[in-house]
Amino acid sequence: MTTRTLQFKIYRYDPDQDRKPWMQDIAVEVDAADRKLLDAMVKLKAVDDSLAFRRSCREGVCGSDALNINGRNGLACLADLAGFPDGKPIVLRPLPGLPVIRDLIVDMTQFFKQYHSIRPYLINNDPPPERERLQSPEDREELNGLYECILCACCSTACPSFWWNPDKFVGPAGLLAAYRFIADTRDQATGERLDNLEDPYRLFRCHTIMNCIEVCPKGLNPTRAIGKIKDMMVRRAI
Amino acid sequence: MVKRKIVGAHYGLMDWLVQRITGVVMAVYALIVAVALLMGAGASAASWQAFLSGGPMRFATFIFVVSLCWHAWVGVRDIWMDYVQPAGIRLALHTLTLVALVGYAGWAAQIIWRL
Amino acid sequence: MKAKVTVRKFDAVIVGAGGAGLRAAISLSEAGLKTAVLTKVFPTRSHTVAAQGGVAASLGNSEEDHWHWHMYDTVKGSDWLGDQDAIEFMCKKANECVIELEHYGMPFDRLDNGRIYQRPFGGHMSNFGEKPVRRSCAAADRTGHAMLHAMYQRNLKANTQFFVEWMALDLIRDAEGEVLGVTAMEMETGEIFAFHAKATIFATGGSGRIYRSSTNAFINTGDGLGMAARAGIPLEDMEFWQFHPTGVAGAGVLITEGVRGEGGILRNSAGERFMERYAPNAKDLASRDVVSRAMVTEINEGRGCGPNRDFVLLDITHLPPETIMKRLPGIHEIALQFAGVDALKEPIPVVPTCHYQMGGIPTNYHGQVVVPGKRTQNEIVPGFYAAGECACASVHGANRLGTNSLLDLLVFGKSAGETAVDELKKSTQAHKELPADAFDRTQERLHRLNTQKDGASVHETHLAMQRTMQKHAGVFRFADLLQEGVQRIIEVQRDVQRTEIRDKSKVFNTARIEALELDNLIEVAVATMVSAEARKESRGAHVRDDAPDTPEHPNGRDDTHWLKHTLWYKDPDGTGCRLDYKSVTLRPLTVDTIALKKRAY
Repeated sequence: MTTRTLQFKIYRYDPDQDRKPWMQDIAVEVDAADRKLLDAMVKLKAVDDSLAFRRSCREGVCGSDALNINGRNGLACLADLAGFPDGKPIVLRPLPGLPVIRDLIVDMTQFFKQYHSIRPYLINNDPPPERERLQSPEDREELNGLYECILCACCSTACPSFWWNPDKFVGPAGLLAAYRFIADTRDQATGERLDNLEDPYRLFRCHTIMNCIEVCPKGLNPTRAIGKIKDMMVRRAI
Repeated sequence: MVKRKIVGAHYGLMDWLVQRITGVVMAVYALIVAVALLMGAGASAASWQAFLSGGPMRFATFIFVVSLCWHAWVGVRDIWMDYVQPAGIRLALHTLTLVALVGYAGWAAQIIWRL
Repeated sequence: MKAKVTVRKFDAVIVGAGGAGLRAAISLSEAGLKTAVLTKVFPTRSHTVAAQGGVAASLGNSEEDHWHWHMYDTVKGSDWLGDQDAIEFMCKKANECVIELEHYGMPFDRLDNGRIYQRPFGGHMSNFGEKPVRRSCAAADRTGHAMLHAMYQRNLKANTQFFVEWMALDLIRDAEGEVLGVTAMEMETGEIFAFHAKATIFATGGSGRIYRSSTNAFINTGDGLGMAARAGIPLEDMEFWQFHPTGVAGAGVLITEGVRGEGGILRNSAGERFMERYAPNAKDLASRDVVSRAMVTEINEGRGCGPNRDFVLLDITHLPPETIMKRLPGIHEIALQFAGVDALKEPIPVVPTCHYQMGGIPTNYHGQVVVPGKRTQNEIVPGFYAAGECACASVHGANRLGTNSLLDLLVFGKSAGETAVDELKKSTQAHKELPADAFDRTQERLHRLNTQKDGASVHETHLAMQRTMQKHAGVFRFADLLQEGVQRIIEVQRDVQRTEIRDKSKVFNTARIEALELDNLIEVAVATMVSAEARKESRGAHVRDDAPDTPEHPNGRDDTHWLKHTLWYKDPDGTGCRLDYKSVTLRPLTVDTIALKKRAY
């Protein structure tokens, strides 16, 4: 079986042991069965069990293993090892813009706080019918590209507006979720949802930089969703 | 006073919309000027003055200046909001920016109608 | 040194925030009870998120359907090992639970008339096994994701209190056997807490990581099963593991049965649709155990594909590209990512892969944990509930039907939650006092791990366990391999008792977490191997070479001796184990018993 040695440069910081963060140089041998960056990281952890990172489903649906890989946010379980050139170390850092708890693990409180702030649940105050609420396939299609978000935070932590105002700007992930409910024909709170975003920071700090689209591992487009929210606000105001 | 980050000012859409509309106005004005220059309006000081002192052109230039100031107001205000955290200083800077921009607009109007 | 333990009091504590935990939490929070939900990962990262194909309910949106037909299919699928009272309860409740989800906001696909889209799925038939029926309610091929998010969102609305990235360590049980809560570790700080509760609900999911090749997530480490076993609760029917027919060869990532529901076909190296030979009626939509065994037989007889002839092909190239992109977009993405094939143009290499644990903590259909007692074989353990994959109600028996797992977690998550609400509202008593030894087991485990010298590597021991399970308790089982497997897995267990970690940090110590998870996994592995070795028949997913298909015992099933549930007990001193058995509930709640007969598709 063909093997290959991969060089890594990894951001390390354990507040229990380290005075300040440092970059670890470490190598690991991978074989043909190791396809993704996460496979290599699991092998790295067998060599150095102190390396801390989150992971779970290893198939890109749980959103645990978002990292900054060679300067770009992405999921370790979807990053092909074959795509990394030989002779250049793979640089792994925690997602930018959020406080580091340890090594590659960031504190996502701020990110989830913004997600929660848009009231991410269906609001419909009619008494529930006995059967399902009806929705045409066309109306359901409006939710495609919105509901698939896995809350990995790749987008929000790649967004300069979020880096600068993480406490006030909802960020691409939260705004995508906001539009997911605005676009749902079963939701009755569109007015309140738009009111909730009518703010110079919460929505309008998006300057269409579009880093979010660039990094989304699910191929979603938060910028377009944000545009549609603005569009609805304009149509409501004029 | 509680030291909490507060959001929910219930404005923002107008400013965002104004920035887009003023942007379009400025682009149209720039196009008019570009066409005029291509047609030789800038050949001499006299022809340039004649071009700018026409009634409709005076009006267009004035609208352009107002758009520029308004556009700048939203942009500069956003910068202060991003970079200046103490509310007092920020308010002072906002006021200064507004005063300056209104002043520039007035001054520009004077110039336009002196031509 | 003993770890310090801070005690916190709640009405109820739920361990796990996957589908079952979140559904139970909705019931408890909406009833206004003080509820804590402990979860190792942020709720939407739970493995329910990876479910793809759908959730079964006889809504009859596309064609006539009936819960009784669904019940028949489930009993047949279980190879008659499922308890018919629980199965009737689940199939009857299905519509209500799915409609509820829709009201929570779940984005189901829709039919032209606006109703929920339903697709056919393996083993689900109309009119008592006649022909495939459209029963699986789906949101593209991301049903689990859509469902988990919708339920998390509903919990936000209900103001549920989550403890995110907290790992439960041990069950607290007093001398009378009553369950009083759990000990848990806050992962970020490494501090130990006790959650003192009147109701403890386990929804910790499966433990498919005991196998080397598994569709399961890293977090599926059987924590609930390990905790229960250490506290003297038996584990039921652990020999029954579902191998999903279509895991991506090499990667193990799941390809939903919904692919075959939408018209996908399995082919061998000759391009033959081989399922026609094994299941002339249901073909590619036969029950999962049947399809998996057919695939392994094809591979063993030299008709596998690829240079090593070690996989078969799942072909959807004949389907219209629009159907694939609309109904199976996630599969297209997975095939590209993990098999490197464009499923629109090429077939996907697949192999049977460990997927689901049919067994678990024994419960009744109210979600209450039950153990054999002095009077009956199903006596309630006061204060203890379990739901979802970690529980065994038992609705799946010897083999689960696709889409019945999402239904299981909805129905029994809800019933466990509602039963707990009823019990809590009935009782006016204050919290029962914690016993003096409440934290001993947890403190001992942590102390051992922190002071272990010259121990075994967690990674190596984990691998040894996985390889042993894969080799000795796979799709087909052999008497000699099972006997040897029992010895081997006990050797691995000895290593687990002396694992050593180099990282001793208090902050987010994932090495410690993995070692503690391995303590739970090994209980499941031992239970599986010992239970499988003991069951001398073939039934559902458990097929032995020494119990072949004979006229006397069709499919190798021996109802005279083995129509019973296995109960595996861990010895209190932690070194040995024993087996016990209890009878299968054949009497449903309201309808007639579905009589035993040979299982054929």
